[in-house]
Amino acid sequence: MTATSTPPSTSSPYAELKAPTTARRLLTAPTTGPLAALLLACVFFSLSTDQFLTGGNFSLIIQQVMVVGTLAIGQTLIILTAGIDLSCGAVMAFGSIVIARMAAEGSLPPLVAIALGLVVCGGFGLLNGVLVQKIPLPPFIVTLGMLNVAFALTHIYSEEQTVTNLPGPLTALGQTFPLGYTDVTYGSLVTIALFLLLAYALSSTGWGRHVYALGNSPEAARLNGIRTSRLTIGVYTVAGLLYGIAALLLISRTGVGDPQAGQTDNLDSITAVVLGGTSLFGGRGSVLGTFIGVLIVGVFRNGLQLMGVASIYQTLITGVLVILAVTVDQISRKKAR
Amino acid sequence: MSRTTHLPSSLLRAAAATGVVTLALTACGPGSGAGSGSGSSSAGSGDVKVGLITKTDTNPFFVKMKEGAEKSAKAEGVKLMTAAGKFDGDNAGQVTAIENMVAAGVKGILITPSDSKAIVPAIEKAKAKGVLVIALDTPTEPESAVDALFATDNLKAGELIGEYAKAAVKGKSAKIATLDLAPGVSVGVQRHDGFLKGFGVEKGDPSIVCSQDTGGDQAKGQTAMENCLQKEPGINVVYTINEPAALGAYTALKAKGREKDVLIVSVDGGCTGTQAVKDGKIAATSQQYPLKMAAEGVKAVVTYAKDGKKASGYTDTGVTLITDKAQDGVTSKDTAYGLENCWG
Repeated sequence: MTATSTPPSTSSPYAELKAPTTARRLLTAPTTGPLAALLLACVFFSLSTDQFLTGGNFSLIIQQVMVVGTLAIGQTLIILTAGIDLSCGAVMAFGSIVIARMAAEGSLPPLVAIALGLVVCGGFGLLNGVLVQKIPLPPFIVTLGMLNVAFALTHIYSEEQTVTNLPGPLTALGQTFPLGYTDVTYGSLVTIALFLLLAYALSSTGWGRHVYALGNSPEAARLNGIRTSRLTIGVYTVAGLLYGIAALLLISRTGVGDPQAGQTDNLDSITAVVLGGTSLFGGRGSVLGTFIGVLIVGVFRNGLQLMGVASIYQTLITGVLVILAVTVDQISRKKAR
Repeated sequence: MSRTTHLPSSLLRAAAATGVVTLALTACGPGSGAGSGSGSSSAGSGDVKVGLITKTDTNPFFVKMKEGAEKSAKAEGVKLMTAAGKFDGDNAGQVTAIENMVAAGVKGILITPSDSKAIVPAIEKAKAKGVLVIALDTPTEPESAVDALFATDNLKAGELIGEYAKAAVKGKSAKIATLDLAPGVSVGVQRHDGFLKGFGVEKGDPSIVCSQDTGGDQAKGQTAMENCLQKEPGINVVYTINEPAALGAYTALKAKGREKDVLIVSVDGGCTGTQAVKDGKIAATSQQYPLKMAAEGVKAVVTYAKDGKKASGYTDTGVTLITDKAQDGVTSKDTAYGLENCWG
């Protein structure tokens, strides 16, 4: 808790140190490196191809990262507690099939179907959290198991069929509205709003500080009176609900319920979290960093595509970026010690 | 204290970030692989761009397809952009690729849809922006979602090996195993149905003793065949969705010492598969021509760019039965021809 009392320290007698301190703090923020990488990539692609630096293209990039981005918010929460979630993509896929089938074939009102999808995904999150906390089991194992369960349920329930002819409200978030000369999808706004909301919750609420404390040291957190058990289960449940929202965004983006969806999204979301400077060891990082992380992936994919570089190079570069990001995290941890 | 120790790490981060972008610059610099190689040819006739989106970029079938498109693009003086899903069935990856290519201003997109239905809304959006969309190899559902389809007649491919198998068993009572693709995938269903038609049996005929999905994968094909032999040791005809599945089946049969007296037929005509026909592991295969699909596709986009004329309907890119043990009354070519025209 004492760590949060830094603002008063600026009123110290050494007022002349204030400016360098702020500058330093900016430099040392875990998001600075990723942000610099993102900006440099944008500059590079702007110089390389005329189609990159347009409002329409940026709207497109955000639209392309909104599904993995929303999953990555949940993933960030879990990783901040020193956990990991391998099941997020599969849970989302199951949620999307539930929503799509209930609305298209089960003739439920669309909003009820959406609510049901959120409940299902939230339920998976809750179950993950309970297994991790109460038995307790390692998050890696629990969510590896849940990945298979959700994947199988998706294919069983969908009968391997893509669900088409969805009612309008299900794809409403995929619709666009004009913003200046650019068409923006409503779903992009939802994702950005979720990022801002969780960024606020993590940085400015007691809950958020508890999440960081839990990730840094569960034992210390418990001794400080934090109800770590409830907190852990809560984090996994919130993550599950976020996967439910991602499911809706996925449906709105593709216009169908696709049982094959999301198969690499678990690793893609972890990639985004790591690229955004969040530590896999927990306790360090932010969702805004994750937002930068998903944008880095999206910008490289889009920019390289516009330049006509084959897609396998996008994968190659993403791999190198991840290793670099984790290396930086490790080295800076050692230095901090 | 902690601040001073943080500073170097931030420098490190900045250095890493710089390194990353430098790397990106190097990776994207001139002469870095296929993308920019084909890009340089755009200097010729203006800036017509053609997009090719395959299911994956690791399967030799799609590698050959890309090769065909690259050759054709070079000859026509247009720029080719390529993309692929991360795995077979990666619809979201293909949607993203379509969007990026439309943003890049392509005149036409050639696509092998990973999910025949799920890709349709994205294709419709591209078409609404005046982009010609042609499906290669795999039709969309509905087929009319694209402007045109350039593909193998998969029903006929199945029929050819069905007729061949029928002639080869010479009236012996057949016990058939079918190693299929996956439920609901049109290519697999058509080949399977074609085989039954060619063999002259109905769906659900008692001679079909075992049917298993393999996803077209060699290891899964082997497992499937092992299980089928467990169920019915007397199997003597094996239909396989593709040659990897056929080779998996061969391995399973060989382990039981049955490889000589069981007839394996397949579809694809890849070089490995055709070699397996020559080696006698597979009796016959229906060879298809991915290179031709892509080459014709690029030409169609160029025509559209020049005259505004859109390709339409279905174009059969042909299929040939390849075997070294020709049967009377079944037209076929030998493996010398097959190896000359194989892909992969």
